[in-house]
Amino acid sequence: MTAIAQQTGSTTRSLSRRNLFAVGAQRIRFELLQYFRSGDTLFFTFLFPIFMLGLFSIAFGTDGDVVLAPGLPPVSMAELYLPGMLAAGLLLSGFQNLAIDIAIERSDGLLKRYGGTPLSPISYFIGKIGLVALTGVMQATLLLAFAALALGVRLPTEPEAWMTFAWVFVLGITASALLGVALSALPRTGKSATAVVVPIALALQFVSGVYLMFAQLPEWLQNVAALFPLKWMAQGMRAAFLPDGFAALEQNGEWNLAGVAIALAVWLVVGLVLSRLTFRWIRRDA
Amino acid sequence: METNAVRVRNLRKVYGNRTVVDDVSFDIERGETFAILGPNGAGKSTVVEILEGYRRRSGGEATVLGIDPGDGGLDWKARIGIVLQTTAATGPVTVREQLREFAGFSPNPRDVDEVIAAIGLEDQAKTRVSKLSGGQQRRVDVAMGIIGRPELLFLDEPTTGFDPHARREFWDLIRSLKAEGTTILLTTHYLDEAAQLADRVAVIANGRVRATGPVDGFGGEHARVPVVKWVEDGVHRHQRAEDPFEFATALAARLGGAPAELEIVRPSLEDIYLALVAEEAEHDAELAAAVVMGAAR
Repeated sequence: MTAIAQQTGSTTRSLSRRNLFAVGAQRIRFELLQYFRSGDTLFFTFLFPIFMLGLFSIAFGTDGDVVLAPGLPPVSMAELYLPGMLAAGLLLSGFQNLAIDIAIERSDGLLKRYGGTPLSPISYFIGKIGLVALTGVMQATLLLAFAALALGVRLPTEPEAWMTFAWVFVLGITASALLGVALSALPRTGKSATAVVVPIALALQFVSGVYLMFAQLPEWLQNVAALFPLKWMAQGMRAAFLPDGFAALEQNGEWNLAGVAIALAVWLVVGLVLSRLTFRWIRRDA
Repeated sequence: METNAVRVRNLRKVYGNRTVVDDVSFDIERGETFAILGPNGAGKSTVVEILEGYRRRSGGEATVLGIDPGDGGLDWKARIGIVLQTTAATGPVTVREQLREFAGFSPNPRDVDEVIAAIGLEDQAKTRVSKLSGGQQRRVDVAMGIIGRPELLFLDEPTTGFDPHARREFWDLIRSLKAEGTTILLTTHYLDEAAQLADRVAVIANGRVRATGPVDGFGGEHARVPVVKWVEDGVHRHQRAEDPFEFATALAARLGGAPAELEIVRPSLEDIYLALVAEEAEHDAELAAAVVMGAAR
């Protein structure tokens, strides 16, 4: 170990507001670096919906296109599963990723260490939100490209369909990320984080129309699922990607996009308030 | 004008009905290295974590670089450096990536490669932090504490688990920081570490400061009175004497010759420290006995 060179005449800049965003941008790069180096995260949050879409279309798609109800056009299994997998991607990239990631950072002592540096929580969260936004966009792009190029899904050409996709994506992933931040306060240890978060995400995917056709679930289960945000993300994605006639299979026979917007907005606010109330660099002592 | 880097008065921390820090007071001057010595569980880390802003105090006053650590903002945090007692796990990143990230938080950081050289990890700069040995990871901790060019550095038991060679190298690093004018608050349970690095030492036992003072002459004149040891009629005897040579001469005259196994010892820092901690334990045992007897009555 050698002595550290002295620096003279250095001026200390104050931490300005601009700096919060510059450090935030630096955090996004660092978060992405860590994300793409973690093999398990990469598979279970990033590639999982793509893997499942491929699996379902191979497992159930051998009989060719299906007709779900009289009068509806025939669709392929991949086309039927694509909206659900896009919704699952929002849940995994936002909720599951952040809830586990932040709980582990807390339990490993990294958050405590950040709390002792001039890193602002605002910059820290710009990093997290940036990570979720960028990986979410990449994941959806890959999912759509895989569906179109490998599975032959015809993607919509009408701009309205893409507009619907865009706002459901933005609202959905934001609500999902904020709920993930809120839930990250719950696991007491990093080891228990996966055990707490994954079953919640998995149960939601089963009841919200990701793995099972939502229209085929009993009505009481549909009503339970409607209390949680994933059902609304999946419904919004179906409205964007399935032919219009499929609205007949939804509750009350309509896409109910206003309901989707309201439900996701409410969950977004709930997530924001809970995150604001529960996030701490460390568990405060008495 | 605040002249001291740290000012602590009557600091108290209570968990439920357990008092872990009791009436602790001390000052640290700017540029000074101050060591808090004490056995495990004495309350050292609690004091330090209150000053770092991690814990709230139950009573008393604390000022760190002129600011109450309970309300220290980001500008304040940019002026302090923290090396926690436990090494945190890091993500899948290299030493240089981790340090560059932390440097980016500070308004006026040190050069990343200079710091890597200072902790002697040039060859491991591109190695993942998780692949390093425990001692090397500890050096990365220290690097993360100093990368922001802090005015005041907290080191909470920094060398636990170091081999003697790594400890000496670490001491050199701390001396170079000190030479640069960094104020350092060090906790340790190694007396030699305190003696090597600190200008002044406080001994804490059971949450209370037992003694504070410069390393030279620690414990006061009385604690440093030499001890004359000898064996008389097969029994080990000892006597404290202001003038040990005069005492030994008188002893020789009385015994009619040089006493067997004659030794003249000046108490070391360790002797004084152990005496202070033992005194505290004795005091507590007496207190406990009194309580038990009181309850029995």
